[in-house]
Amino acid sequence: MTTQTHTLTGSAPIASTRAREFWLGFRDTLPLMIGASPFGLIFGVTAVTNGLSAWAAMGMSLFVFAGSSQFIAANLVAANAALPVIWLTTFVVNLRHALYAATLAPHMKHLPQTWVAPLGFWLTDETFVIVARRYQEPDETPYKHWYYFGSALFMYVNWNVWTLIGVIAGSSIPDPARLGLDFAMIVTFIGMVVPMITTRPILFSVITASVASVVFKPLPNNIGLLIAAILGVIAGVIVENRQKPIPETTNTRV
Amino acid sequence: MNEFLLILGMALATFIVRYPVIVLVGKIPLPKSVFKALRYVPAAVLAAIIVPGVLMPNGDNIIDFSPSNAYLVAGIISVLVAWRTKNVLITILVGMGLFLFIRLVLNGG
Repeated sequence: MTTQTHTLTGSAPIASTRAREFWLGFRDTLPLMIGASPFGLIFGVTAVTNGLSAWAAMGMSLFVFAGSSQFIAANLVAANAALPVIWLTTFVVNLRHALYAATLAPHMKHLPQTWVAPLGFWLTDETFVIVARRYQEPDETPYKHWYYFGSALFMYVNWNVWTLIGVIAGSSIPDPARLGLDFAMIVTFIGMVVPMITTRPILFSVITASVASVVFKPLPNNIGLLIAAILGVIAGVIVENRQKPIPETTNTRV
Repeated sequence: MNEFLLILGMALATFIVRYPVIVLVGKIPLPKSVFKALRYVPAAVLAAIIVPGVLMPNGDNIIDFSPSNAYLVAGIISVLVAWRTKNVLITILVGMGLFLFIRLVLNGG
């Protein structure tokens, strides 16, 4: 497993600076932003066609910033759901972020709260995956949170710009969801996950999570996703512990 | 529908699963085993989002295992592209191009 084989984060910098980490974070996030863009556009369109005001649609992207829960909320608004139902649903749909936060937490201990709070707010599927990888790279630069910052800031700006375009376009463009532009997010995640499968435990983890995600899909509020992810993690650990112990190397990235 | 309260509640519901968890988990010394287990989170979560997305694209919890399912066909090809190239941008471009081709040309929109 060499740095050349993964193109998401590219090669780790030798002499790391704040600015360099920031731009590396941006560069590695750029393809993921392309994948997230149609999703932001669809959200903007869906929100206003479902009866939310343009301000509320923008407010959700600005202050909630959690794609799938924003979609679900927009649909619940259209269905006249009560506020506590929408809040609770949002909480459950976003529970996987707790898993992300727990994964990143040990690397963020040294940061002041003025860093942790905004970085926490900016946590997304995409930023989590590339930042988790960056933290696992062996170089000991103290500026990896700048990498996180670069990734998160551009994901945030991108998501809001595309929401705005969707809100403005509104019902005047053909329904982007009908075109199937939501596939953009799926193909982005495929491009992210496949190169991660470098060991047997990860392969078994992915297979387990995949099967479980289909089995538990009928459960409400994406709870099946959370169960599947946890089962996938357990499967990875079980396979890892059954393997013959291999000598620790300096390059123990996932 | 009070949109201000809607967004305030959603923002809080989302923030409390992110920020406080980072702070709390950072304060407790994690056993090495937990730390090792958490390395499997990214791949497991992504797989759990992708697979229902391509197998059940209509949101009806029914598996559509047919060649007319553009999500499935383009998804499988995308996996092969990602595997061969290890490049997320190429995967997105090829996968999305193929997907739109199937949807718009083969399936007639």
